[in-house]
Parts: sequence; C-alpha cells; structure tokens
Amino acid sequence: MTTSADQSQQLSERVSEAFANAKPLHLRGSGSKDFLGEAVNGETLDVTGHAGVVNYEPGELVMTARAGTPLAELEAVLDESHQMLAFEPPHFGANATLGGTIATGLSGPARPFAGAARDFVLGCRIINGQGQILSFGGEVMKNVAGYDLSRLMAGAYGTLGVLLDVSLKVLPVPRTQVTRVFEHTAAQALQQISDWQRKPWPITGAYWEDGKTYLRLAGATSSVESACEKLGGETLDDDGPFWRAVREHERPFFAQSDRPLWRISVPPAAPMLDIDGECVIDWGGAQRWVQTDMEAVALRRVAKEAGGHATVYRGEAQPRFHPMGESILALQQRLKKSMDPAGILNPGRIYPEL
Amino acid sequence: MADTAIADAAEQVLASRPDKAQLIEKLVAKLPEHVVLHAEEDLRPFECDGLSAYRKLPMIVVLPETIEQVQIAMQVCYANDVAVVARGAGTGLSGGALPMENGVLLSLAKFKKILDIDTANRRATVQPGVRNLAISEAVSDLGLYYAPDPSSQIACSIGGNVAENSGGVHCLKYGLTTHNIVELEIVTVEGERMTIGSEALDTPGYDLLALMTGSEGLLGVIVQVVVKLLPKPERAQVVLAAFDDVRKAGDAVAAIIQAGIVPAGLEMLDNPAIVATEEFVHADYPTDAAAILLCEVDGTHAEVDEHIADVREVVEREGATEVRVSRDDAERAIFWAGRKAAFPAMGRISPDYYCMDGTIPRKALADVLIGIGELSKKYGQRVANVFHAGDGNLHPLILYDANIEGELERTEEFGGAICELCLEHGGTITGEHGVGVEKIDQMCVQFPPDELTQFHAVKQAFDSKGLLNPGKAVPTLHRCAEFGAMHVHNGELPFPELERL
Ligand SMILES: Cc1cc2nc3c(=O)[nH]c(=O)nc-3n(C[C@H](O)[C@H](O)[C@H](O)COP(=O)(O)OP(=O)(O)OC[C@H]3O[C@@H](n4cnc5c(N)ncnc54)[C@H](O)[C@@H]3O)c2cc1C
Ligand SMILES: Cc1cc2nc3c(=O)[nH]c(=O)nc-3n(C[C@H](O)[C@H](O)[C@H](O)COP(=O)(O)OP(=O)(O)OC[C@H]3O[C@@H](n4cnc5c(N)ncnc54)[C@H](O)[C@@H]3O)c2cc1C
Repeated sequence: MTTSADQSQQLSERVSEAFANAKPLHLRGSGSKDFLGEAVNGETLDVTGHAGVVNYEPGELVMTARAGTPLAELEAVLDESHQMLAFEPPHFGANATLGGTIATGLSGPARPFAGAARDFVLGCRIINGQGQILSFGGEVMKNVAGYDLSRLMAGAYGTLGVLLDVSLKVLPVPRTQVTRVFEHTAAQALQQISDWQRKPWPITGAYWEDGKTYLRLAGATSSVESACEKLGGETLDDDGPFWRAVREHERPFFAQSDRPLWRISVPPAAPMLDIDGECVIDWGGAQRWVQTDMEAVALRRVAKEAGGHATVYRGEAQPRFHPMGESILALQQRLKKSMDPAGILNPGRIYPEL
Repeated sequence: MADTAIADAAEQVLASRPDKAQLIEKLVAKLPEHVVLHAEEDLRPFECDGLSAYRKLPMIVVLPETIEQVQIAMQVCYANDVAVVARGAGTGLSGGALPMENGVLLSLAKFKKILDIDTANRRATVQPGVRNLAISEAVSDLGLYYAPDPSSQIACSIGGNVAENSGGVHCLKYGLTTHNIVELEIVTVEGERMTIGSEALDTPGYDLLALMTGSEGLLGVIVQVVVKLLPKPERAQVVLAAFDDVRKAGDAVAAIIQAGIVPAGLEMLDNPAIVATEEFVHADYPTDAAAILLCEVDGTHAEVDEHIADVREVVEREGATEVRVSRDDAERAIFWAGRKAAFPAMGRISPDYYCMDGTIPRKALADVLIGIGELSKKYGQRVANVFHAGDGNLHPLILYDANIEGELERTEEFGGAICELCLEHGGTITGEHGVGVEKIDQMCVQFPPDELTQFHAVKQAFDSKGLLNPGKAVPTLHRCAEFGAMHVHNGELPFPELERL
C-alpha cells in the first residue's frame, strides 16, 4: 500500500507560482506513458505523492481516489468487492497512476463494448492553470449541472488541468468469462466480428492476430454459455494472461522493434487498410496496430479516408498525434487558454499548439 | 477577469434592443422568406418549452431547412450581435429553449430526416429534429435500437437530447446520450460548420464531443448526429415489487445494485404517484403500497431467468409485500404503462405540476424521499415521486395551481429547497433535465465562484460575444450575489468581492 496523502494545497501552490512566473510544468505520474506524445520542457510537477482512495462504496458503484494512487492498488481494492474498472486500462508499467490513466484516456480491449475511460468519469477535482482548485461533476450517476469538464479531462494529457481526485463509475466483475478462438483471415475477422455484434451476446473483447480471431464473452454464466453454443470455435484455456498481454502490448507482435509502430483508429467495420506492413486488430476492428515503414503523410491519408486517424507509438514521425484541421485546432487552442491562460500545463504534450 | 468580460457581454446581449424590421430585412435578403417568421400568430407556438410556467414571445423565429440556411442565420445574427436560442421539439423541462424577446429563436424542427443507417458499424446518421423514438422505429426491422429513451421519446428531438445529455429508463445499463453518440456536426456562433468527434472510437485532440453534450445550446447549434445502435435483447422481463414503507423500497434499490445485478431499468413510484396513475391507466398497481419498484432485466433468455430469480430474492429479503413478474411482453407493457403515463396522470389530478430532477447517491434515497415528504408538509403542497431510482435520479412532481395567487412562487421555493436537500446529500441539482432558466439560481449553491468563472471562460472559447442562449445554464456571479445563495466554501462567505444588492 502506498501512503495516503492529500497534497492538493502544495500542488496548487506550485501551479500558482508557475502561473505567476509563466514557467511551464511537466506533470508526471510515474512516467510510464512518457513514450506517448511529445516531450514536455518544464519543471517536473510530480503528482505521485497525492495518493489514496478517498471514497469507495461498492453499493454505489463509485470510487473516488487521488490521482497519484497506483492503478494496481485501485484494482486490488476493487477486486476485493468483485468490482472492476470496466474500461480495462492498460498500465504500461508497474507504477501507473490513476491520474496518468485518465489523463491519457487509454482503454483496453473492452473499450468498444464497455466504454472508454471518459465514459466512466463521473467527476473530478482539478487544479487549473491559475492554480485554482475546482470540482466538476460528482459521485452520482447522472449530472448535467454545468459543462461536462470532468469528461473533458480524459485524454487531455494534463494540458487542461492537474487531476487531483477522480470519481469513477465501477462495475461488478462478470460471473463468467470465456474466450473462443477462430481461424480467420483479417478480412474474414472484420466481417465476422461485425456480424456477431448484431447479436445480443455479451461480447467484451474481439481481437485478431496472425490468422486467429479471439472473441471474449463475459457476463451471466447462462448467457455466456448459450452464446458459446451458437458461436462454436475453440475455447482458449486460462484466457486472463492472454487479454492482459493484449492490453499491455506484451504480445510478441509488439516486441518487434525494427519498424515504427502505428495505432490506427477507424470505424470498426472499415475494410482492411491499404498499408504495407504487419497488423493486429483490436477493439472489434476499431483499433488497428500496424508495423510499417510507410511514410506518415501517406499513412495518415489512408487512415483519414477510412474515417479515422493515426498515432505513432514507436518511431520518429512528427507530430505524433494526427494533425487537426485549422478551425478545430483554433477552437482547441481557445479552450486550452480558457483553462490554462499562461500555457504552463504540459505545453506541447499533445500538439505544439496546445 | 474572464467572468467580468463574459458577464458584461451577456448582460449587453440580454439588454440589447435590436431593430426587428432591419433584422428581418437582413435575414430575408439571404434566406427564403417562408423560413423567417415574425408575425405574432406565427411566433406564439414557440413562446415556451415544457416548462410552461415561463413564457416569452421571440422577436423572430427562423425555421431553416438546410445546414447552409442555419449557417446564414447564424452569420447574420453574429454580424448584428443578436442572440440565438436553438430549439428542438420544445419538450425541455428547464426552460432551456425559452425564447428571448430581443433574440432569434432557431427551430430545428424541419430537420427530420434519417440520413443513413450503417448496419456494419451499427450507427445511424440523423438530422437534429428527428424524434428520439423515430430512430429505434427505423432500425427495428434490423434487430437494432437506440438505447437512451427519455419518457418524452415520442416527441423530443435527438438534437435536444444531445443538448441536454438526456437519460431514460434504460440508461442505468446502457448509458446516457453522451455514451451513445459518436459524431456531431455543429454550426458555430460565427456560422461555421464543424465536425466534433468522429466515426472512429476516439478523435485527436480534446474530447469536444463530451463537452458539447449537455451544453444546453450555449456552445453551438447541433445540425447532425451520428448515434450508436445496439442489438435488441433477446428478451426483457420486469419485476414489480411493492413495499409498505418508502425506506424499505429505497434500501431495496441499493441492495439490488449491491447484489451485482445491473438492471436495464429500475424505477420507483411512491403512493401518490401509484394512486394517480392507477386511476388514469389501470395498470393494476397495488394502490395501498407506500412505494413500488419496477425492475427490468434484459439479455439472453437464460440470463434473464438468472437475474429475475436474483432480483426476486433481493426484494423479498428487503421486505417486499408483494412481488409480481411479467409473464410475457403484453404484461410487461402493462407494468410499464403506469410509469409511462405518470406525468400525464399528474396533469389529471392537478392543474399544474412542477418536475424536479435532483440526483443523489442511491444510499440516500430513503432519507431524501422522507425529507421531501417533510418539505411537502411545510409548504402545504402535494408531491408525487416517480423516478429513475437505479440512477438515484429523483423526479419529485410538485402539484400546484398557477391560477392561485402566489402558488407558483411557493412551488419554486419548494423546488429550490428540494435541490438544496439533494446537494446536502452529496447530489446534484439536475440529473438530466438541465439547468436552463429554472435552476439557474441553484447553480450558485452547487458551484463556488471559481468554478462558475471557469465555465464562463470555456463558454467564451466557443462564443466570445455570448450570443448563444444567453442567461441560461450558468449564472453570472452578479446574479448569484443577487440571489444571495450561500455556498460557503472553505468557511468563506461567497462573493465577498461583490456588493450585496
Ligand atoms: C526509475 C524508474 C524506472 C522505471 N522503469 C520502467 C520500465 O523500464 N518499464 C516500465 O514499464 N515501467 C518503468 N517504470 C514505471 C513506470 O514509470 C510507471 O509505471 C508509470 O510511470 C506510471 O505512469 P503514469 O501511468 O502515472 O503516467 P505518466 O506517464 O506519468 O503520465 C501520462 C500522462 O498523464 C499526465 N498526468 C499524469 N498524472 C497526471 C495528473 N495527476 N493530472 C494531470 N495529468 C497527469 C502526464 O503529464 C502525461 O501527460 C519506472 C519507474 C521509475 C521511477
Ligand atoms: C413528459 C416529459 C417527460 C420527460 N422525460 C424525460 C426523461 O425521462 N429523461 C430526460 O432526460 N428528459 C426528459 N424530459 C425532458 C426533455 O424531453 C428532454 O430534455 C429532451 O431532450 C428535450 O428535447 P427537445 O427536442 O424537446 O429540446 P428543446 O426543449 O427544444 O430544447 C432543450 C435544450 O436544448 C437546446 N437545443 C435543442 N436543440 C438543439 C440543437 N439542435 N442544437 C443546440 N441546442 C439545441 C435548446 O436550446 C434547449 O436549451 C421529459 C419531458 C417531458 C415533457
């Protein structure tokens, strides 16, 4: 167990000071996701000391914890009550924090079926770029008082505010989980996964790699069993480690490192993309990982034509995130300015302009 | 300070006196004449939304038929500093679409087409004026449906749903509007068209989709929506459980959730609501019960059997006096008929009713319901409760008669007290109906000045002149000072910098 400590005041003083001096800050959980996005020049603001579970009531399906709390610790606490973070966040390192998880907005294989990190955010307490401590949302399931600034924090990479506490909706762990494996080409997999999803089956993962589709079902025992009966396929024994490896990029595919690794996010049923390279498919088709030497502009054009966008995970391409259109970027710059007028919170972390 | 700037802008807009004749001229110079309405009899139908206690005649109504016309209308208003209030079907319950006498009401009522149904990705692209239920009807043959189902679903528009982040009976399991849309087309205050979100599951940059959802028409005009579609469950079944004590019913709600069941819907009616609906639709509700719960579970046949047994066990353990399980879809429809007719049923027993919308942690349900009962005695006004219990989203309906001098004012005061009761229990003043004009003063109680100032700064990033739906959703600090709400933050008196009026 990490020590539980409330450092809101100290952190807010640090930000106020940086605001007064217009000195940029580099917000850091434990840096497990530093490889994502651009490097930040600035004094490090370590948020890991602000840690601990603030409130957890299994009956309310809500957990509120400080941003520095290790993700592994949260998951252990939830597990004791047979509950979980249904968006299955990747850790990418043993000390990954709640703050880093929400700030990057990353979600695991369950994402298309259960929802993304942002979908589970109910509220948060943040420090804005002026050092003010602000609370948005709350611990209730429905809340439309004021703009939804708490969900906006998910995926903002700490460029709009320092996360202090986050309230998340949590869910019961399904009673049964089964994974079925099928022999498919990639194109067959996409078609099949799309068809399966029109059935009322409790699908919670659909991944394709090297000629095989892995379909995960989880929920009431009866419903998993009846879906399996109709589906056929081979059962993958002890499937926990398999899905953990998919989530953590620990499948052999991700270990190769001779070519750049791209994440391509597209509508799930988009056909196979015309990109020369090796590919695995997650999120039921909506997230495609490709190892390729294809030039960034051309690759991004392919992604965009398919209705999506491309991010570099490993490689030199710049910018790392898919460039935005002019007017949407201008709007995002104004939004950034509204939360962080001096531009001191992780400037340039996602785009040089933000 | 951002707030002062935006407050000044908003106050200027609210107090502005645009020249009606001139504006009409400018609009019809660029728009077909029939989309610009200005005669009193044409404006009258737009004078209020579902919160009919508030009425104002708009200066001009624009009823565009194409996105280009929306852009032109916005460009003309922007150039002339005229405020714009967007309107969908006008079923909103917080006065969000209340027009302005010195502004344009932009009705999206003509945008009624479903543009595309994409079965492979399970999505539909629809215009903002499409009725919520029309989407599910259009895809029903394909075995699909659109999950969020506000009780007003036969009438309310999807654009309004996005603007309010509306919920419904099935949101407990399937999420709110924000969880069920992937892309929006908006027209900005300057009249520019922009795409928010994408057909992929995420979009580069900030999550503007989340921010737009529930923004009550203050950040942009929604002109197209891509919604997610879900496969219809194999089966749905509902348990009706009666209780002789509101506290037991409230505790049973928490117990069902705690048991690890996620029902498709979990609704509660208290005795006044049961009696009123029973007289109206004869759903055979036990009229002597203090409260009933309607708990629906859905999924595969086997799953439904499993969960129905679980629910039955829990409610019996929590002291239900009677438990019925729907035998078929016809009976399920009857169980729901009362719940669905609850609002109109109130209309039969009282000339007017006022619908509140606080949301609280489920464990506080019983205490808050009992607290509302006590307030009801104090204000001498009847209340019926019919609500989304599984989400902790209350809908106390305060019965009143607008023709009785002072009764509306007393009702509003009572409503305010209910909001504050919800806040005391860690809740929020609005779960799904929005702030609009109705709960604007309670926003001063829920949020301290710094948060309100941050909201205004965000608004300014989208609408620097403050022309979109001004005076709604987020109060200015001046207004809060006038209201004198006591959000005592860190023991400080609120708004010390502002003069008391
Ligand atoms: C010396 C050392 C060596 C390590 N070596 C390895 C290793 O070889 N391999 C390995 O897998 N792990 C390693 N780790 C562990 C790894 O660094 C942690 O697991 C990881 O840092 C956790 O980071 P994070 O998830 O908190 O996200 P971070 O990477 O810290 O942050 C992700 C993003 O979120 C932002 N952010 C973080 N917190 C907040 C907040 N509260 N508010 C707003 N924005 C926020 C950040 O600014 C950043 O943009 C090492 C750790 C240490 C200390
Ligand atoms: C009997 C009854 C039952 C109800 N039950 C529920 C319920 O169960 N759950 C629930 O959540 N709500 C419920 N409501 C409230 C209401 O139906 C919802 O808020 C609905 O989403 C409003 O949709 P509308 O099209 O009528 O919007 P309107 O009332 O026309 O507008 C609502 C708000 O949205 C803005 N707006 C509308 N269209 C656009 C657009 N295209 N672009 C930008 N802004 C726009 C308006 O400016 C206004 O602020 C109920 C209402 C009634 C009368």
